[in-house]
Amino acid sequence: MTETDHPDSVPSAVAAETEAALPEADALGEVLISVADLTKHYGAIRAVDGISFQVRRGDVLGFLGPNGAGKTTAMKMITGFLEPDRGSIEVAGIDVAADRLAVSRRIGYLPEDAPAYGEMTVEAFLRFIAEARELEAADEAIDSVLETAHLRSVRGQTIETLSKGYKRRVGLAQALIHDPDVLILDEPTDGLDPNQKAVVQDLISSLSANRCIVLSTHILDEAERVCNRAVILSEGRILVDSTPDALVAQAPGHNAVRFRVTEGDAAEVAATLSAADWCAGARVLPGGEVEAEPRDGENRLNDVLAAVGEHRVADVRVREGRLDELFRDVTRGVAA
Amino acid sequence: MSGLARRFTGMRAVLRREFHGYFASPLGYIFIVIFLIASGYLMVSRDFGRFLELREANLDALFSYLPWIFVVLVPAVAMRLWAEERRSGTVELLLTLPITLEGSYLGKFLAGWAFLAVSVFLTWPAVFQVARLGDPDWGAIFASYVATLLAAAVLLAIGLLFSALSKNQVVAFILAVAASVGFLLIGVPQTQEFVGKWFGGYVERVVSSLSLLDHFETLTRGLLQLNSLLFFVLFTVGWLVCGMLVLGQTKTN
Repeated sequence: MTETDHPDSVPSAVAAETEAALPEADALGEVLISVADLTKHYGAIRAVDGISFQVRRGDVLGFLGPNGAGKTTAMKMITGFLEPDRGSIEVAGIDVAADRLAVSRRIGYLPEDAPAYGEMTVEAFLRFIAEARELEAADEAIDSVLETAHLRSVRGQTIETLSKGYKRRVGLAQALIHDPDVLILDEPTDGLDPNQKAVVQDLISSLSANRCIVLSTHILDEAERVCNRAVILSEGRILVDSTPDALVAQAPGHNAVRFRVTEGDAAEVAATLSAADWCAGARVLPGGEVEAEPRDGENRLNDVLAAVGEHRVADVRVREGRLDELFRDVTRGVAA
Repeated sequence: MSGLARRFTGMRAVLRREFHGYFASPLGYIFIVIFLIASGYLMVSRDFGRFLELREANLDALFSYLPWIFVVLVPAVAMRLWAEERRSGTVELLLTLPITLEGSYLGKFLAGWAFLAVSVFLTWPAVFQVARLGDPDWGAIFASYVATLLAAAVLLAIGLLFSALSKNQVVAFILAVAASVGFLLIGVPQTQEFVGKWFGGYVERVVSSLSLLDHFETLTRGLLQLNSLLFFVLFTVGWLVCGMLVLGQTKTN
């Protein structure tokens, strides 16, 4: 904790971007991943373009971004599978380029699509991972991850016979077997059905205490559910580094009020609302409902109800900003 | 941990996994059966080994054809080792564990080699028979087994290189067979005559010194000559190092 007491232990560039989003300095854990100016080209394509960030113990950082944004490439470099063209990565204070083996002992990694040896049973596969990691209490470790990942019932089955949800949990189990400080999960819920997604998301949430987790996803609800930090990547650059809550508040249409006019003219109500100075615009939706969007993103329910006046309304609700709208706005800006 | 041991971190785990892998599917057993049938047939066949006709208490009839069987069967043992890892993406898992590229490469090589050794030692009934029927030269039989294992090693190293080169097992297999055949054909008299005629005696001597078959034959005669042993060791190590360099490039594709 002592190092985090010094405000200058956070590089200024990162601090400036995340200041608003992060909690008080003394609540922060130690820095477990520190990435500076990370760059990787594939031929002429710049997959990752000078990104810098830090992740602390207790953080669940979500990498968001369209396909090809550089999420997977960045993760592969953090785990040491790919060598960066430029920039540095430290995991738990160890330079990845200098000592990949030491780093690999601190990281649990779930690669995209959770590859595993299909012909092996779940238990034999985990035993191989335990052996490769030179775990001393392998049996206990295997038992414990079978329990954590709810895999007891399939421990003797070959992995190729398992459903996608189980396979993904096998991938999580191998990533957890050595109780690592750092978890890197590349699209942990991609391609799963909603029930399987929920199981894996709950599992990730239960793991987040006392670790640092970096996961990539293009499902924005997932980022809201699981992450306490969200980084939006596009074309290899960090566009936003914030919290999911802060992103929701910035999203277009946050705190817009929607209601149905039961007695009176909806168009007239909309016109009245549009004239108010706090209102960014009000319109009648195709279904007959009226939606009024506040200029400043604050909750203006009282103003709306006051403006409605004599008219009678029903089904009044305040809408939350939608992350995917913000995401589209932000990433479109780059593509254009 | 010393530098060298560190370089091969994880070898043991990979070796064990891969070796068990051969026996986890029918493929390993099928391989052994085919190998034993083929070697037994070539040994007793009137067109090839003529073991029964020669009425001699030695196993030349068995050993002299093993390199030709290996040309097809060793690439079959090797083809899966890297191609499958790369096709299924497990290479990324493997090489982000505390396992080095060199460690996993050598582990796979040793697993394949151990499997081939098991197959080769299952020819023991032939040894048993010559011992029962006559008084064989035990030194020559021992040296022949050494030679067979060394030939298996060098061909396996070639197969592993092509498995690291292609994600497709079938392509890896075909390329490895072609390369292995080429490697063996350098040693047949026709090739050496041809080379001698066109490039002169010096080149012929160089080419013939690269002949796997010649070195193999030297060893099977019971002469554990240093230059023949070195030939196998150096070529095996050379192909392995090439394969590691190739894998370093292809692992991320």
